[in-house]
Amino acid sequence: MKSLDDLKKLRDEALKKVEMREGGKEYRVVVGMATSGIAAGARPVLNQLVKEAAENNYNCVITQTGDIGLNSYEPIVQVFDKDNNQVTYVHVDPEKASRILKEHIGEGKIVEEYTVDAAEKANGKL
Amino acid sequence: MPTYRTNILVCAGTGCSASNSSGIYDAFNESLKKYGLDQEVCVIKTGCFGLCQKGPIVAIYPDEVFYCHVKVDDVEKIVSEHIYKGRVVKELQLSDEDLLTHEKILDINKIKFYEKQQRIALRNCGKINPEDIDEYIAMDGYAALGKALTTMTPQQVIDEVKASGLRGRGGAGFSTGMKWQFEADQPGDEKYVICNADEGDPGAFMDRSLLEGDPHAILEGMAIMAYAVGAHQGYIYIRAEYPIAVQRLQIAIDQAHKYGLLGKNIFNTGFDFDIELRLGAGAFVCGEETALISSIEGKRGMPNPKPPFPAAHGVWGKPTSINNVETLGNVAQIINQGSAWYSSIGTEKSKGTKVFALGGKIKNTGLVEIPMGTTLREIIYDIGGGCPNNKEFKAVQTGGPSGGCLTEKELDTPIDYDNLIAAGSMMGSGGMIVMDEDNCMVDVAKFYMEFICDESCGKCTPCRVGTKRLLEMLTKITEGEGTMEMLDEMEKLCYEIKDTALCGLGQTAPNPILSTLHHFRDEYIAHIKDKKCPAGVCKHLLTYSINPDKCRKCSMCARNCPVDAISGVAGKEVFKIDTDKCIKCGTCMSSCRFGAVERH
Repeated sequence: MKSLDDLKKLRDEALKKVEMREGGKEYRVVVGMATSGIAAGARPVLNQLVKEAAENNYNCVITQTGDIGLNSYEPIVQVFDKDNNQVTYVHVDPEKASRILKEHIGEGKIVEEYTVDAAEKANGKL
Repeated sequence: MPTYRTNILVCAGTGCSASNSSGIYDAFNESLKKYGLDQEVCVIKTGCFGLCQKGPIVAIYPDEVFYCHVKVDDVEKIVSEHIYKGRVVKELQLSDEDLLTHEKILDINKIKFYEKQQRIALRNCGKINPEDIDEYIAMDGYAALGKALTTMTPQQVIDEVKASGLRGRGGAGFSTGMKWQFEADQPGDEKYVICNADEGDPGAFMDRSLLEGDPHAILEGMAIMAYAVGAHQGYIYIRAEYPIAVQRLQIAIDQAHKYGLLGKNIFNTGFDFDIELRLGAGAFVCGEETALISSIEGKRGMPNPKPPFPAAHGVWGKPTSINNVETLGNVAQIINQGSAWYSSIGTEKSKGTKVFALGGKIKNTGLVEIPMGTTLREIIYDIGGGCPNNKEFKAVQTGGPSGGCLTEKELDTPIDYDNLIAAGSMMGSGGMIVMDEDNCMVDVAKFYMEFICDESCGKCTPCRVGTKRLLEMLTKITEGEGTMEMLDEMEKLCYEIKDTALCGLGQTAPNPILSTLHHFRDEYIAHIKDKKCPAGVCKHLLTYSINPDKCRKCSMCARNCPVDAISGVAGKEVFKIDTDKCIKCGTCMSSCRFGAVERH
């Protein structure tokens, strides 16, 4: 290492290792990972989210939770903003997960068609 | 670099290691493999989280969940429930009870132990892997060294440290910037810097935890100091009794070398600096700087008169600055964030934060870092949780064998160097031992005097002979053979030792006696006149007996007595203690379920 720039480069690279311990992110993305969630395919969704969030430096933490309670809609991904406003996405697969990250986290636009409201409407429950 | 979705941080400080945290670390790795999660989740050994009482501690990020008292057997459950299925294992979660609503507090930032703390020196402890230089660099590590070397002159570095108001954290509280200035002003180009890691106060473990949890911060602080004073060689004098700290420091030094952050031509600025470890054999006097220098030179660790001060005539006869571990732990932060930021924290004359090792009769034993100006009451009650078992607080001892006791009256004193001296104690390196009603203050003074007699190097008569005489008088008092004249004699001798001893060890050695005599003279008098130990500690002044009205003839006491001093017939005859045989161990008292054993 011969200059401050070298140090900075190393720092930016190393930051990926530790940044999840720092908190203070704009969004929290939570995947329902109880037995039913895993059975419905939540695991590849979680892995896709983690991978893409790191690659694109999205301003969010990806974490998991237990049973969210809407078993017929799993896999479920919930996005919380700083004020704890919550959007629930249902029947998520890895492809949908990337779009949620790109549009919701990246651009701040909710992907309406994947939300639980849209699904309920389609089922004629709303 | 692989991307992990979750980090599991296992405390690998000395306290948690003693409770098998390395077994927990291995169990996590094994269990994650079993569940096929080892590519998604990584396990990291980290430094002290501070709450040693609740150890071993495991933290899960990004969830910010802290588990306490974790055992190897719990690991499987944490992995299968929390890591695999996202369900927090509530029964292991670190929590606090809200005193008003009695609700459980689980948010780590709201838990009382952490709420009043401000972590500057300890900022990376429990956050990073101390054996990975990349993680230190990710937390802005070595940026301060880079800034100092490439944008500041040595004098600017000294001025910045002076302006920050940083004072030596080893206990005496001398201005760090001034110390550096003295050495920088010395002629010659062979100069040295030393990190004093010879932490030796009974009950103190601040420096050990910092070295174990964030060794690179100390190396960086030393390199900045070396640049400021014009030195090219540094030594870390550390006791061999700190094996984990020694090992991590050596790893850190090797890694820094590999990255060119130590060695020749650092940051291409022509600045050369290297650090060597020097292991001490654990003599308390080697924390005194002139004795420490002798020990580094391979001589017997004995102090020399000052002046000449080390800044002019230190190791190998050359100018040397010696700073304590915690002091150096603050330096990079001061350079990075500026002296104005640092001096905005603390009180008028004591800036920044101080790390204390909280121990003794306190609920939350552990490591705390508070801004100067926090009161003793806040540390003991808010952070420490008060005395356990509803016992009454009696005193708090600060400054180790050089310090003194503070009582209820002084609890609202804001902590800084000057206030503690005014109150009759001292800051010291940061050991803080809490005592409750069951502690005998004469016995406490005797404990410290025994320590000093063991550790006195014997070079000067006041310390070698004087402390021995003090211990003899204290021993007589605790055995019921003291006289009132002894109190005056002790006091007089204390002041003579203070005035005439060669080094800091001897000069401050009488402090525990003077301070207990001042605050607890009535306890001394009870030992001398009434031949009683009010706290029930001094064995020679105690007798145990069995109240025949309460005795149920169960024989429990007799069966537990290690010296067969209790006689009686089970079920038929009340039991009796033979006071000639009794060694006053108290086993009968704790084994009796009917409260029939009494102590007078």
